Amino acid sequence: MNYRMALAASQTAGPVASAEIMINGVAAHCDPLGALYLPDLSCLVVSDLHLEKGAAFARRGMMLPPYDTLATLNLLSAVIARYDPKTVISLGDNFHDRRGSELMPAAFRETIGVLARGRDWIWINGNHDPDGIFDLPGQSLDELLLSGLVFRHEPSLIAGRGEVAGHLHPSATVARRGKYVRRACFATDGARLVMPAFGVLTGGLDLKHRAMHGLFDHAALIAHLLGRDRIYSVRFGNLIG
Amino acid sequence: MADYQNALPDLLPRPFLKWFGEKGWSPRAHQLELLARSVSGENMLLIAPTGAGKTLAGFLPSLTDLTRRGQLPPGSPFVGVHTLYISPLKALAVDIERNLMKPVSEMGLPVSIENRTGDTPQAKRQRQKTNPPDILLTTPEQLALLLANKEAERFFKDLKYVVLDELHSLVTSKRGHLLSLGLARLRRHAPGLRTIGLSATVSDPMDLRRWLVPQTTPQDDGPEAPAGLVHVTGGAAPDITIMTTEDRIPWSGHVATYAIPAVYEEIRKHKTTLIFVNTRFQAELLFQELWTINEDNLPIALHHGSLDAGQRRKVEAAMSANRLRAVVATSTLDMGLDWGDVDLVVHVGAPKGASRLAQRIGRSNHRMDEPSKAILVPANRFEVMECQAALDANYIGAQDTPPVGEGALDVLAQHVLGMACAEPFDALELYDEITSASPYSGLTWELFERIVDFVATGGYALRTYERYAKIRKTKEGRWRVSNPQVAQQYRMNLGTIVEATELNVRLVKRNQLGSVGRGGMSLGKVEEYFLEQLVQGDTFLFAGKVLRFEGIRENECLVTNAFSLDPKIPAYAGGRFPLSTYLADQVRAMLADPSRWHVLPDQVRDWLAIQRDKSMLPARDELLIETFPRGNRFFMVAYCFEGRLAHQTLGMLLTRRLERAGARPLGFVANDYALAIWSLNDMGGMIESRRLSLGDLFDEDMLGDDLEAWLDESFMLKRTFRQCAVISGLIERRHPGKEKTGRQVTVSTDLIYDVLRSHEPDHILLEATRRDAASGLLDIGRLGAMLARIKGHVIHRPLERVSPLAIPVMLEIGREPVAGEAQDYVLEEAADDLIAEAMA
Repeated sequence: MNYRMALAASQTAGPVASAEIMINGVAAHCDPLGALYLPDLSCLVVSDLHLEKGAAFARRGMMLPPYDTLATLNLLSAVIARYDPKTVISLGDNFHDRRGSELMPAAFRETIGVLARGRDWIWINGNHDPDGIFDLPGQSLDELLLSGLVFRHEPSLIAGRGEVAGHLHPSATVARRGKYVRRACFATDGARLVMPAFGVLTGGLDLKHRAMHGLFDHAALIAHLLGRDRIYSVRFGNLIG
Repeated sequence: MADYQNALPDLLPRPFLKWFGEKGWSPRAHQLELLARSVSGENMLLIAPTGAGKTLAGFLPSLTDLTRRGQLPPGSPFVGVHTLYISPLKALAVDIERNLMKPVSEMGLPVSIENRTGDTPQAKRQRQKTNPPDILLTTPEQLALLLANKEAERFFKDLKYVVLDELHSLVTSKRGHLLSLGLARLRRHAPGLRTIGLSATVSDPMDLRRWLVPQTTPQDDGPEAPAGLVHVTGGAAPDITIMTTEDRIPWSGHVATYAIPAVYEEIRKHKTTLIFVNTRFQAELLFQELWTINEDNLPIALHHGSLDAGQRRKVEAAMSANRLRAVVATSTLDMGLDWGDVDLVVHVGAPKGASRLAQRIGRSNHRMDEPSKAILVPANRFEVMECQAALDANYIGAQDTPPVGEGALDVLAQHVLGMACAEPFDALELYDEITSASPYSGLTWELFERIVDFVATGGYALRTYERYAKIRKTKEGRWRVSNPQVAQQYRMNLGTIVEATELNVRLVKRNQLGSVGRGGMSLGKVEEYFLEQLVQGDTFLFAGKVLRFEGIRENECLVTNAFSLDPKIPAYAGGRFPLSTYLADQVRAMLADPSRWHVLPDQVRDWLAIQRDKSMLPARDELLIETFPRGNRFFMVAYCFEGRLAHQTLGMLLTRRLERAGARPLGFVANDYALAIWSLNDMGGMIESRRLSLGDLFDEDMLGDDLEAWLDESFMLKRTFRQCAVISGLIERRHPGKEKTGRQVTVSTDLIYDVLRSHEPDHILLEATRRDAASGLLDIGRLGAMLARIKGHVIHRPLERVSPLAIPVMLEIGREPVAGEAQDYVLEEAADDLIAEAMA
């Protein structure tokens, strides 16, 4: 079940319960909207926005609704307003295809301009948008080192300590009395973290999928599932799938 | 009728008269009547039972006309196809070619006959376009493809007859909608064409008679007179019995394993037995169970839609050559296939509808003057009553076929794109053509314009896709495709049958895995979601074999032979028919009337008697509600008898209401007969203490706001939306050059659905989805009728424990996903485990 569209449509200023965690010794909050906040650095991290996904499909003849960019930006505005960070890092696959940032309508461009005003904005390049961004505030980087953390799009099997990455769109499934619920999640074993996808038009990949193998110490791995207004933290061993 | 016999020499050319004479036959009256009236220019509908010579009747007008025309001399200018025959099944088109070629070659007629289906090789299709046969046998999808071709006009300009087989089954589906639009286009290419519909008995022939003629004419002088009707009745009354065994009839389930030895005995006693089941799953299981006890090694085969086409053709060929003793089949064999000497039809599970039963029994002994023989095998105790009701209905000739519905909008969108691929169209002209098709005769111009807009740019209020439009208006005001790629995409994605994503299942040898390629045999296709639940080493039942899952490689599922006797089993979603309204009413009547129980087996009679003692049996127009505690839950069971689909919808709506009333419902489960809801609070106590009113709970107003609110998050509506998105061309099944990675190309339609709900709730595709859902998956019409019927007749029976009547539905409680609000609750409990663990 996808809550992100509904969330984007009905953002309220109510209190939310984040999960407070440590990544390689750095304090961080997992926000239920799917963003990571690093209070000591006043830095907000989002991943896999996949902006202009609808338009990318329309270019190939599939006229998907043109509202995904707006909805994702609404969510982004809400979470930026919540923390008012000095720095925003978008962790790659910022756009769904190479031409996305160039062909994006002017209105969305302006929205991003307003959000970025007075902040540092880092666009990490992803596999969908390896050429960087076009005519938008902020700078494009392949990766970024910051206070013992390394921010890159694709998680690497080697050099995992302190890595914050996206790309995999992790999700996890829990079951009770034969009922099961699947949600996007932050996945972390304390050494590294993989972010949930922030874009509204993105699918999820189960934490038990083979693509996740070898990334985490399963004994320490916790999935922080995104609930409506709180994070539900579940040990890897208690997940099904 | 005598007139036609006297007119024989005029009606039938010499080779026909000679052939009938040599065979010692004479043409039947209905064959001659159909011929005479078609020749004189009428569109015709022939309703006849199986075995009445329907096929020959349908082709006589074409065959006689072509015989008079004679062979075209070599070097003649191009002549288009003379007769189109459309069947709902590929197998039927192939079968008809076989059946038709026999008399044609015996008479030495100068007529060429070919079929064209999805299985026809590319070279042959190409040749058919440049050198068409006189008679082309094909399917609705292939017709749509031919019509979307630039050469369509040339190909169809000489068309004289369109023969539509099994029309009753075609018209009620989206394929029928597509076909009706194709027929409208054919009329433009060949204004003089005549239609000949062939049908089994239906409840309302007028629907079909209208379907066969244009509803508007270019002169706009109103609809044409409905097609002429030739109705053949009679035939010997079928000999139908319900299987009785000493074994216990199960409480629930659909497989009837208890009866398998008895079924096997019947196979031994007959020449050829056709065994019908309702789902592929039942077919697989029954087939395997039969072989387990097949000590005589009787040739018993399996036939269902998921099997590989080659495998199916083999079974069909063996069947027609009388090499098989039994075939276990689903609805793929449901229609008009006249094969071999079938002398017994066994129907396992309840037939779910009286008409369906009549149709299937028609398969046996297809000479209409001898009685057909059939045995019904109920799979559970409710089905015993249902079988009895169906049996009564078949004797009294009751019919319960569904009505011809309004044309679906997603199909219309697909057709509009196809017409643009054929040639640039004028919107007004196309609108006139489309509204001449009976399912679309009520289509408004406004709705049509929205569909054209949808095809062009997705039809969104936010008009950001103009530059990517698929069709564009030319300076002359005609709509044309933007580029050839669009036409290619259309051709790859055409059709109205949307299956869940399926993977080919290939049998490999265990030691080949990982090293050798794909040498093994292809067994058919299985749905992807099922495979995703499996891990290597899991076993499942498919194509009659127990298979071991080895892995997925590209778009194939690799399996090896397993030697396990306890397989996991494919859980196919489709194929289970809901109980028809007519049969449901009959079952309620039987339940309420103990004087009719004497026809039921002892164990079923005892079961009902105990129910009467422990609880009660509702009268025919009453709704019985039982409540009782069980384990640490409270249960409410409603015996609605409206079919699983309507019950599921009702369950969704009732749980919302119970939630608001503070009953804390946890879940529900539905079968064809009843609905069970369980909760944390005592619903029975709440009703007794008047904190919960059953009248309010079952009030018709639930179909207002509650329905709307539920549709917002309904899983079922999402499934309907997925169909609409694919059929309408919003989402592609296949993308040129991307076949290999097809699974990654598709985008989640659930996500698109959510986007549309929140940003453009009156988008045309949501409108299409709601229309589909109301009539189809949700069965809202039927639910509404029930709520009206039971108003003031809801009876509550609070019980100490589960009642006999509740057992079948209680046994269905299993693994179902939770809906909506309960989700966070489940998450909370799961998270609480972590806390408990941490505190320990």
